[in-house]
Amino acid sequence: MRNLKQFITDFGWPRIIIFIFLVALFLAAPLVNVRLDSSLSDVINRFGQNAVFVLAMVPMIQSGCGLNFGLSIGIIAGLLGATISVQLGLTGFLGFFGALVIATPFAVLFGWLYGKLLNKVKGEEMTIAMYVGFAGVMFMCIMWLVLPYTAPTMIWGYAGKGLRTTITVEGFYRRVLNDFLAVRIGENFVFPTGEILFVAAAAFLLWVFMRTKTGTAITAVGSNPDYARASGISVDRMRTISVIISTILGAAGILVYQQSFGFIQLYTAPLSMPFAAVAAILIGGASVNKASMVNVIVGAFLFQGLLTMTPSVINSALQTDMSEVVRIIVSNGIIIYALTRKTKVAK
Amino acid sequence: MGQDSPLLSIEHVSKEFYGNVVLHDVSFDLKAGEILGLVGENGAGKTTLMRILFGMPVIAETGGYKGRVLIDGAEVRFSSPFDALDAGIGMVHQEFSLIPGFSTTENIVLNRESMRPTFLNEVFGDRMSVLDRPDMRRRAEGAIAKLGVKLDPDMLVSEMPVGHKQFTEIAREINREKTRVLVLDEPTAVLTESEAEVLLVALRNLAKQGIAIIFISHRLHEVVAVADRIVVLRDGVAVKDTPASGVSVRDIASWMVGRSVQTDRVTEGEERSFGEEFLIVEHLWVDMPGETVRDVNLSVRKGEIFGIGGLAGQGKLGIPNGIMGLFPAGGSVSFHGKEAPLNDPRRVLEMGMAFVSEDRRGVGLLLDESLEWNIAFTAMQIQGGYLKPLLGGLLKLRDEAGMRKLTEEYVATLDIKCTSPAQKAKELSGGNQQKVCLAKAFALKPDLLFVSEPTRGIDVGAKKLVLDTLHKYNRDYGTTIVMVSSELEELRSICDRIAIVDEGRIAGILPPSAELAEFGLLMSGEKAEEAKEAGRA
Repeated sequence: MRNLKQFITDFGWPRIIIFIFLVALFLAAPLVNVRLDSSLSDVINRFGQNAVFVLAMVPMIQSGCGLNFGLSIGIIAGLLGATISVQLGLTGFLGFFGALVIATPFAVLFGWLYGKLLNKVKGEEMTIAMYVGFAGVMFMCIMWLVLPYTAPTMIWGYAGKGLRTTITVEGFYRRVLNDFLAVRIGENFVFPTGEILFVAAAAFLLWVFMRTKTGTAITAVGSNPDYARASGISVDRMRTISVIISTILGAAGILVYQQSFGFIQLYTAPLSMPFAAVAAILIGGASVNKASMVNVIVGAFLFQGLLTMTPSVINSALQTDMSEVVRIIVSNGIIIYALTRKTKVAK
Repeated sequence: MGQDSPLLSIEHVSKEFYGNVVLHDVSFDLKAGEILGLVGENGAGKTTLMRILFGMPVIAETGGYKGRVLIDGAEVRFSSPFDALDAGIGMVHQEFSLIPGFSTTENIVLNRESMRPTFLNEVFGDRMSVLDRPDMRRRAEGAIAKLGVKLDPDMLVSEMPVGHKQFTEIAREINREKTRVLVLDEPTAVLTESEAEVLLVALRNLAKQGIAIIFISHRLHEVVAVADRIVVLRDGVAVKDTPASGVSVRDIASWMVGRSVQTDRVTEGEERSFGEEFLIVEHLWVDMPGETVRDVNLSVRKGEIFGIGGLAGQGKLGIPNGIMGLFPAGGSVSFHGKEAPLNDPRRVLEMGMAFVSEDRRGVGLLLDESLEWNIAFTAMQIQGGYLKPLLGGLLKLRDEAGMRKLTEEYVATLDIKCTSPAQKAKELSGGNQQKVCLAKAFALKPDLLFVSEPTRGIDVGAKKLVLDTLHKYNRDYGTTIVMVSSELEELRSICDRIAIVDEGRIAGILPPSAELAEFGLLMSGEKAEEAKEAGRA
């Protein structure tokens, strides 16, 4: 009994409620003719698709920069990598990892500038980050039209220039990770081994990094910047490093997302992506200044599970389409919950 | 006026905060038209006494007080400052509470403005009245005249010199018709000497008109000059209640700091030998808010325990904070014959200095992290300790086992009470947190250790342990220690020499055996020569 209580406090009521809700959805699924195995397959796939974004939240939370509402900056770097890779005609694994290699320097540069900016607005990071993200996305809306891309699969057919809003990666790197060593069980269940492996590798690397001297310093900066400064740490430098890492992970995240989803989405598509990642890590039990790998995995799984199951089950049960409404209520509700909880802790 | 029955009586007032006695059985009377000088060191209980008098909610929240406060012979027990104001007690705080964008007049009559009804009152009630500016001005001028100073009623507060702000604040209090007792907490602290003199004249003016004044100040000569009677608080006890005539500054100083118990020297009977002067500080200034250091010169010898004392706000805390690079500083600091860079915490730590901050929870600890982190972190970052190489040194990861071992060592030697080395720092008591801060500094194996207010906010037993630990490290490892503390007794018990800081400068350096009065004189900013004279007398 004591153990159970302890477990509940450690795990947290919100997670338990969401977990029970998720189980209930799975139980209800067969009753409204939603197939369990394909649902489960969807959930796992979407978990892999989004987990890197959630992972990207960790370094900035740990360094005290708060939730990375400006993850779009990383996504833009990833989109640059993706489009350049397609432009160069790289295919298969070369296409995917080529895109990653091309995206990284952009991510480092953007992250560095973004980090410099956040250092100037300590205490207001999250608000500023959101606007930086929005502004960045809008600026790129112009750039996508102007940049001299020429690959016929990407540009508008009628004008002969400017990138399309949606570009297929079919024939380039569509599902390269998903299909790598994929395990098919029955007709409807596929385990995307490569994608999950990539997520695991990224999580492991970040886990190792947070255990290095620099990673330790980043955590200390987030925990108490004055303590860190008195210990000879350059607070601004550590924060900038954390922002750069977060931005790189954002870039990697969008590439994983694309190969699974099958399309590069440009223009305003990155606008709302940070919110899903923020909501996921908060569901996972992270606070605004502490996050762990467990938070990432639990959060990404619960949030994506909820997003996959709620629409399909509830729509089938109610015979209406509320998927988008439910999605928005759940993700923003969780963000509000977590941000209000933060003020309590601060007092 | 001139009546003999006291206007205000404090009878047997005691107050404790969480078992910590700050006032014990304090009694005194105040007659109309009398000026009472209230003096005492920091922490002697002056502020607490005034809070009780003024009905500050913090008193009731912490369990109220014992004893009685009487006004005109009737007991009062204020539950809020408003009650105190209604009863005729006015208070002028150390910090100004004025609205900068408002004029003198507006500030003086704030929230008691004269009103003129308009036709809108018929419909909307009194809230639609308009300000009666000529009457406000008349009242403000009245208050200023009563104070006997020159003050432009139309000047904006933001454009005033500091002295005028202080007068405005006092004028506001005496503008209340009922005000009969005026409490001034360090009113001259921010004033220049000439401004202070004008203020003292104004206070005497007020007293002549029958207002009783409680005057709190660290500037003892002002107290002697203006007060009719002097009450000295020491450690929460009113040790002296005497008419001011015939009392000298030196008397007050020794009453203030004098302890009835003789100090026990920790280092009693020990041969103390020191090496060369290896920390030399010249013309140090530090811009630390509230603790500005203006021009400090001192040198510390190897192996010494050097004490820095002085009253709060005089800059003693700024010295270690400035040298360690936590606040903007200038001047020159040389350590081991090498120039130590200022404003660069990392380089100073690398040179072998360490610092235990007075702001334990703000700077000293990672409250949300384990003790292991707290103790090992600085050593890891500065000296690369507690890292374990991986892949042939390509990668270095935290050595959790090493950190644990280190923490367990210090938990044992310093007797830190915790459930495990993985416990979070915020869960420990103040004394144990202080030990963790010390352990963090010791883990660096420093040549020179700055400790700032090491015993602030911890209980007596822990205090002794902390002081003994410092002394032990000094003796066993030859660590030079510079200790900054507000508690003179503590400094006298452990230090080899004690510097007293006043107004951002070293007022004098005394041996611990020097007479208490000398320390008192240095602290209260009386001239150093006078201190010497007192020592000889």
